[in-house]
Amino acid sequence: MPSNGICDRVAIVGMHCTAFAEHWDRSADDLLIEVADAAASAAGLNLDAIDAFWLGTAQSGSSGLTLSRPLRLPYKPVTRLENLCATGSEALRNACYAVASGAYDVAMAVGVEKLKDTGNAGLGGAGVPDAADDSRWETSAPANFSVLAEGYAARYDVSPEHVKDVLVHIARKNHHNGARNPLAQFRKEVSAETIRNAAPIAGQLGVYDCSGVADGAAAAIAVRSEDAAKYTDKPIFIKGLSLIAGPSAGFLDDQYDFSTVPEVVAAATDCYRQAGVTDPRGQIALAEVHDCFTPTELVLMEDLGFSERGAGWRDVLDGCFDLEGVLPVNPDGGLKAFGHPVGASGLRMMYECWLQLRGEAPPQRQVARAAQPGALALTNNIGGAPGDCVAFVGVVGNELGEAR
Amino acid sequence: MTGLLSYGAYIPSARLACADIGKALRTGGGTGHRAVANFDEDTTSMGVAAARDALADMRDRAIVRQLVFATSAPAYADKANATAIHAATGLRSEALAVDMVGSARSGIGALMLAARAAEPTLAVLADQRGGLPGSTAESEGGDAAAAFVFGSSADRLAIAEIIGEASATDEFLDRWRLPGDRSSRVWEERFAAEIYPGLAETALSAALERAGLKIDKIDHLVVTGLHARAVRRVIKRTGANSVAIDQGYQGRIGNCGTAEAGVQLADVLDRAGAGQTIALVVLSDGVSVLIFRTTRTLETHRAVHPVAAQVEDARPISYATFLSWSGRLQREPQRRPRPSPPYAPPAYRRRRWKFGLVGGRCSSCGRRQANPGRVCAFCRSVDSMQPEALADIPATIAFETVDRLAFSPHPPLTIALVDFEGGGRLRCQLTDLPEDWNGPGKRVEMTFRRMFTTDGIHNYFWKARPLRPVRERGA
Repeated sequence: MPSNGICDRVAIVGMHCTAFAEHWDRSADDLLIEVADAAASAAGLNLDAIDAFWLGTAQSGSSGLTLSRPLRLPYKPVTRLENLCATGSEALRNACYAVASGAYDVAMAVGVEKLKDTGNAGLGGAGVPDAADDSRWETSAPANFSVLAEGYAARYDVSPEHVKDVLVHIARKNHHNGARNPLAQFRKEVSAETIRNAAPIAGQLGVYDCSGVADGAAAAIAVRSEDAAKYTDKPIFIKGLSLIAGPSAGFLDDQYDFSTVPEVVAAATDCYRQAGVTDPRGQIALAEVHDCFTPTELVLMEDLGFSERGAGWRDVLDGCFDLEGVLPVNPDGGLKAFGHPVGASGLRMMYECWLQLRGEAPPQRQVARAAQPGALALTNNIGGAPGDCVAFVGVVGNELGEAR
Repeated sequence: MTGLLSYGAYIPSARLACADIGKALRTGGGTGHRAVANFDEDTTSMGVAAARDALADMRDRAIVRQLVFATSAPAYADKANATAIHAATGLRSEALAVDMVGSARSGIGALMLAARAAEPTLAVLADQRGGLPGSTAESEGGDAAAAFVFGSSADRLAIAEIIGEASATDEFLDRWRLPGDRSSRVWEERFAAEIYPGLAETALSAALERAGLKIDKIDHLVVTGLHARAVRRVIKRTGANSVAIDQGYQGRIGNCGTAEAGVQLADVLDRAGAGQTIALVVLSDGVSVLIFRTTRTLETHRAVHPVAAQVEDARPISYATFLSWSGRLQREPQRRPRPSPPYAPPAYRRRRWKFGLVGGRCSSCGRRQANPGRVCAFCRSVDSMQPEALADIPATIAFETVDRLAFSPHPPLTIALVDFEGGGRLRCQLTDLPEDWNGPGKRVEMTFRRMFTTDGIHNYFWKARPLRPVRERGA
């Protein structure tokens, strides 16, 4: 696949992320105004200096007017895009390609979601179903992802008790990290016992296995790497960006065992090639992965190459992905504790990389290795459901040149 | 000569103990049980279940040229319901499909017209009986369906010949319901109880005369009708001592109205020997009689799901569940948007899949696919899919998830990935599950159901249910 990538050609020079919460008192407009202004300021710019905008939102507006209207942007190009839970990362990917091409000098990627205005606990409407004859049933996201736990356990013969231990560990870890993040929706540590005894939601997942439903927004300013120093002395550089849409054959294929998400494997393989990553577990300092539900994070550890096949569950229990582990995963609390405003999440992950790679994360969660020169960080999304999804993997670093 | 070619009956598995009604309301209820259509069933879906059994033995469904659907509880008015049954059973488009809906009498009417038809005709009878909480209509009613294919012996060997039929019609007020009302009314019972016996005598004598039989040569006498007292009186007068009376399952599944005669006839056919005579006497705004003589073919062509076995296969539900399924008890809705109704054009474009569960097999790579697209999911060949019917193929559950969050008319919803024997995977809902169900590895069969109703549109599609045992052929 000729996926050449734009390794080291584009830098992020300013970012901002709002608090993720049930913002009863703030609209999507309010979140966009905060995040756009603050991201521009972080790069020493005002909005007039931004040449073009990519706005990601899954369901909080349509068209570029969703951004230009509240900000009263003066006749600027604004593209609105959507790619399920990879929406925020898609906004960044497209903005980066725009500056890499030379079409613009300064681009903003912004993601926003306002989930809590519907009165449905943030659960989206069914909308027009994919197969509009309604023969495909709309199930909840936890039901769609719970099957990963069963598929993984069956494939590697992991006992139900061990599976439960792994899921509890992941939830507890991400809440632990979220407790060290003032922007997170949930900022309290949660005991293993509470997690274990939570009311069931779908399959074997309880409420603590599920990501938080939150409102929020995040934004990044992208410029060509050679211009980065004009805006900041600590840019981070795009190493690889890969977005993959699967053939949606997982629900039709009786060979698919739900122990892996092939779309993620494809995106990781592509991204690592662009970025020159050959040993993800050794080379990456921290990873922000799509822990929409706890089994997803387990499977991702293998699909992203952080663990050998079948060894991910032991690595989780061994603490490899804890804040103090060899490869901290979701140091900001992840979707689990930070919350998941769909269109903002990919950029929220990138915001954590931005903080960590610049050594600016709160000390309680700063990953020491991430602040070292030459460090790499990873972001990842899955949009849809295992068997029928899109996946994104991105790698950024705090220096130009080969990973150290 | 016209004969009965095949039959099938369907009794939903849920049972309400009538004593629970009395417990809840401190009045009424009585004893025994009644069969209850699940929340995802209606007369159309139950009709499909019965029709599929009647057609199970017919490799060539194309011989059926007419479909008549009789019910007093149609899922739709104005729009034909028979067309959904036609689509779900994969009948050819030239076949006429019409409703006979409104009165319970349309049940025997459909049977008589099918028996007289010049072309092979499928008669489907279905009903959901109920009434105001505490009424006898509620406690003594039942939900069920039955289906029969009639045709000439040139089409196929008959399992029973029709040797006599007659009707005696009269106009009188026995029980009635204004369109739109949910409960029927009954005139003082003793009034019609005086009228029916005379009509029955007239019709039965005429039918017996045509058959060239005396009443004592009837091996199975079935007398049905919603008027219980009149039915008992007719049985008493018809020489109960000389004839075997087939009583049906009144205290087990209830009186299934429009479908009752069909269910009882199916039950007799499940048991009758070759060369036996059956008289079906139906009391319903007049009396109609059909007399059959079974053939040896019956012994090897009985329905795959016997009535008696379906009566046995019961799972209890509470009175509150019954009321909530029938819409008489409105519960707090889930806090989430209802799914949008099925859109007519896409439902029409994919009707073979949605209504018929016709999947495909790729002619390039040979893999079978449920819910097939135009492009093969495995080898990406375009327009290579050959239609392949999946409805009658058993499947095994690969994954199963109880989803307490998803919308369902009666949560929680159970979703499963099922693998069909011979290949093909489908993601679908499960239904009719027993309390202690744990699905993975278990075998299921497909069943046509009403998923939900939004904006006055019923969304029909297929679910999987635990595989029912089938009668061995020839047994």
